[in-house]
Amino acid sequence: MNYLDRSIDDLHALLVSKSLTSQQLVQDTVENIKAVDPELKAFIRLNENAENEAEAIDNQGIDADNVLAGIPIAIKDNILTKNLITTAASKILDNFNPIYDATVIEKLKAAGMITIGKTNLDEFAMGSSTENSAMQITKNAWDANHVPGGSSGGSASAVGAGEIVASLGSDTGGSIRQPASFNGVVGFKPTYGRVSRWGLIAFSSSLDQIGVMTRNVEDNARVMAAISGADPKDSTSVDMPVDYLDKINDDIKGMRIGIPSEYFGSGVDEGVKAKINEAIETMKSLGAIVDEVSLPHSKYAVPTYYIIASSEASSNLQRFDGIRYGYRAPEAKTLDEVYVETRTQGFGDEVKRRIMLGTYSLSAGYYDAYFNQAAKVRTLIRQDFDNVFKDHDLILAPTTPTTAFEIGTKISDPVTMYMNDVLTIPVNLAGLPAASIPAGLSDGLPVGMQLIGNRFDEKTIYQAANAFEKATKFTDLKPNVKGAN
Amino acid sequence: MISKEEVQHVAALAKLELTDDQLEMFTGQLDEIIDMVDQLSAVDTTNVAPTTQMNEQTNVFRADEPKPGTPLNELMENVPDEENDLIKVPAIMDKEED
Repeated sequence: MNYLDRSIDDLHALLVSKSLTSQQLVQDTVENIKAVDPELKAFIRLNENAENEAEAIDNQGIDADNVLAGIPIAIKDNILTKNLITTAASKILDNFNPIYDATVIEKLKAAGMITIGKTNLDEFAMGSSTENSAMQITKNAWDANHVPGGSSGGSASAVGAGEIVASLGSDTGGSIRQPASFNGVVGFKPTYGRVSRWGLIAFSSSLDQIGVMTRNVEDNARVMAAISGADPKDSTSVDMPVDYLDKINDDIKGMRIGIPSEYFGSGVDEGVKAKINEAIETMKSLGAIVDEVSLPHSKYAVPTYYIIASSEASSNLQRFDGIRYGYRAPEAKTLDEVYVETRTQGFGDEVKRRIMLGTYSLSAGYYDAYFNQAAKVRTLIRQDFDNVFKDHDLILAPTTPTTAFEIGTKISDPVTMYMNDVLTIPVNLAGLPAASIPAGLSDGLPVGMQLIGNRFDEKTIYQAANAFEKATKFTDLKPNVKGAN
Repeated sequence: MISKEEVQHVAALAKLELTDDQLEMFTGQLDEIIDMVDQLSAVDTTNVAPTTQMNEQTNVFRADEPKPGTPLNELMENVPDEENDLIKVPAIMDKEED
């Protein structure tokens, strides 16, 4: 079973008509993963219990009204799955067996979806290429010499290569949208607070959100709706109506789309710009009113992000100390050695770098100049967006400055790597919803169009994305995958 | 500019130990990153309130009613070293605190 040509609707029809059982679907999925993944390396671990879970769903009977019933899904390995080892792609958690499911996992189970396995990521979600994983290097679904992007590289690559029809990722500075763009799939990050973070291994608590990657827009909206909702266990989650599908088949005549001039600077590759400009023409041909807008504080977004995210991460990662769970340094002779040796041996370089930057930014004498100043600039960045949304429905821009770069070419220079997220980071700082939608190919590699919406206005993003998808059919483009069919 | 001494100090605060080579490498990299973030000092933030939370929420409380906790055996499942339901760690060998 490869998912390159099948939507969730197609699979649901097969399950309802009993042409296929969920158990067979799971078996076929696992067989395909075993054929494709030795090369792709998107998966860290498969769920040995998936077939049993599928059997239970088959025994209950597939609910004809629940399109997600019996459908397999892949989960980024920083989301806790009960009794299925969850590592955050770090040595410090390589034996960690969660005693509870993340809220999003509980919701997926309630919807009848089956976790097929855990996908690779940059360690603790820190990175833009999945090269920071302590486990393995994941390849781009379109070219094995290129990165899948990050940090949700495994989730994006698995969908891009047709191993799975949907996956969960997390997005703190672009970690769903950038790999979605690099692998030619639909990636969605909701408004901050839409999806519970309970059970998401925390990186930066005011920026992190869980979201979804799929091959098409409608599938994405369905899975996003299933995982959304206020959760008493996450006090930053909010109670807003989940109306993502309300306008998904509406046309976009008269929709006001703003194009931020700052997102088309010299750092953006000509091939990417060309595809986004074509996308803008498509939107106009569909009746949208498009004009240029400005987000004046854009150039401060990357430094603002790195201070805030690193500071929050330095605090969140204090819990990894070898005491209650995870790796404990075997040679430690004193309590202090337990802490220092465990963390020194257990964390990779990028994690250490960010912990140190965060510790520095929060330390006495530097707090005001760094953390507090960043928090103020964050307010200005947010206001830039609020101003544009006073008289626009959506913002359209490239998702990434380039297509997927080659493995090993950026990893030794942190600042160069950080610039990959220059177009996605502002969205997390402002807490807005945004998606990356396939917009064609440049030199054989996928280009993503980013649609940014107003707070809690996911439905307008889905409306425009679906109209665009129907007009262009870029989501039908597929890579040559060894073992497919 | 961040010095090696500052990096060493920060690493110690974060309970990390760096080799000489790593100290060299990290100092160089952190220096570049700090150069990048120093741009923020140019932004006029007079009268701008810092963003402290995302969705204008006020205190989120639950009812003051007791609920079952997590069973001890589950909590102990991932503990690297334990004895009699207690987490075991090496003794604090001397009175040195940092």
